[in-house]
Amino acid sequence: MLLFKRIDWLKAIITAVMAMVGMIFLLPFVWMVSASLKPEADVFNYPVEWIPTTWRAAFNYSSVWLGQANFGLYYWNSMKVALLTTVLSVLVSSMAAYGFTKIRFKGRSAMFLLILATYMIPVEATLVPLFILFRSVGLFDTHTGLILLGGFSVLGTFLLRQFFASISDEFIESAQIDGAGHIRIFVSIMLPLARPAIATYGILRFIWTWNDFQTPFIFLSDRTLYTIQLGMNAFADRNGAFYSLIMAASVSAIVPLLIVFIIGQKHVIEGISLGGVKG
Amino acid sequence: MDSVHHQVERSTRPPRRRSISRLRLRETAMGLLFVGPMLLGVIVFLLMPLIFSFTLSFSNWSFITGFDRIEFNGLDNYRNLLQDDVFLKSVVNNFVMLLAVPIGMAIALVLAIIINSRVYASGAFKVIYFMPQISSVVAVAVVWQVLFHPSVGPVNAFLMNLGIEHPPRWLADTTFALPSVMMLMIWIDLGVALIIYIAGLKYIPADLYEAARIDGASTFVQFRSITLPLLTPTTFFLLITGFIGNFKSFALIKVLTEGGPAHSTSVIVYDMYQTAFVELQTGYASSMVMVLFLILFAITALQWFGQKYWVKY
Repeated sequence: MLLFKRIDWLKAIITAVMAMVGMIFLLPFVWMVSASLKPEADVFNYPVEWIPTTWRAAFNYSSVWLGQANFGLYYWNSMKVALLTTVLSVLVSSMAAYGFTKIRFKGRSAMFLLILATYMIPVEATLVPLFILFRSVGLFDTHTGLILLGGFSVLGTFLLRQFFASISDEFIESAQIDGAGHIRIFVSIMLPLARPAIATYGILRFIWTWNDFQTPFIFLSDRTLYTIQLGMNAFADRNGAFYSLIMAASVSAIVPLLIVFIIGQKHVIEGISLGGVKG
Repeated sequence: MDSVHHQVERSTRPPRRRSISRLRLRETAMGLLFVGPMLLGVIVFLLMPLIFSFTLSFSNWSFITGFDRIEFNGLDNYRNLLQDDVFLKSVVNNFVMLLAVPIGMAIALVLAIIINSRVYASGAFKVIYFMPQISSVVAVAVVWQVLFHPSVGPVNAFLMNLGIEHPPRWLADTTFALPSVMMLMIWIDLGVALIIYIAGLKYIPADLYEAARIDGASTFVQFRSITLPLLTPTTFFLLITGFIGNFKSFALIKVLTEGGPAHSTSVIVYDMYQTAFVELQTGYASSMVMVLFLILFAITALQWFGQKYWVKY
């Protein structure tokens, strides 16, 4: 009789092999962090000094955060754009999801088909006309423009619609008997019930917006409005030969979100498993 | 019998017209209120721009000159596309890059099966393989640019140390640049396929494997006749979404190679960006957009119609 579980050696060996394969994924990040802590002259020493022999972390990071690049401002901009985009997208998507599942009205299926069909339109096909439109209505080079562009993603409507459809209509019927209208039902019954789905979609939308390069790249030109991705790109362009500084900037651009991901990984992985798609 | 008769009579009774139609009107108004914002957003930000792009694709126009200077030239733009070497090269590159999707999926499937059943700390592996996906493409591209540096980068330093005298110049070499970009695409996107495959594997009933084992089926036979067929919906989904995502690559190309060297890594979206925003040929760029749209449309149509033929349970 086995009193405690024995270590499965085959499983342990496979785990070790997998860990080595995993190094392909981990090492570039480790190299990046390591290079960001060194003086420029040591960056390309071989064999790689994973733990720096001379430390220049303070200098490297202060050039990124306190120099002309101003990563603090980029962070503030990214935070603002990503948060507001997420709020707008969750609001618009959950409203549409409620309308499509819990209100019966004429033209509902036609409207849903229209939205479904636009899912096939790639954002890239809209860039030029939207650029022209935004310039003529004063939304070019504003955060408001970026937030509007990100806030009407069709994907959220699909994901939340599926969830709303699974909520029994009885909740609504009994609330209607009590005299509640759709707005009351939506705010005080549906939104709380849908919290897990909204959290999952919200986290994904936040990460996608945070990491988006293309939209801000096309629709922003003022440096003080740059998001972290644009700031990172500009910093790398300007400091082409200073690899330790570029790595410090990369760490600054990647690590905070990575920490958020590791904390909230359950939601993110769940969301990716459910929705799967990026967009 | 009496109660049945009663029910029939009740259901055929004419509805109370006025209140019902008022209720309907109110429901329609509420429906529009809830669905309206999304509908409006989709029309303004997707549908109208697409129609606008379509119209502009038949014109010779630059947005800086103003609308009064617009000049329609029929199919000229499309004719020019067929003779535009850079554009044709970009289209070919786009299709070559699609290869990264099935290769990445095959690796992801193998890793998913191992992680799903045969390792300790499977959660940690999921996080590690997903890290490139969560990191911004810009930063990841910049890091790999340095790692792949032809003369001083750690990758080539390692290869030279192994005794390879002339390691490839990776992103700086016209033959190696495209495969290098594809390798990075696989590296970045592997985590998504991995996690979705792991989720798919969880839905395969364990007793199927049990039954196969009792019948004496080897691990490989189990894989071929249980795992693979039952995962076809997942595989199909990943393939199509992967193709679409891969086809639209822009950030990676822009930051990593700017389409170079010598257009060896240029793609349609990058060429479109150059034409529209650098060369300011709005009309011509719009015709590229329409080609992109048509190809993506074809891939999506493949998904809708192909699903019932290829997805077997």
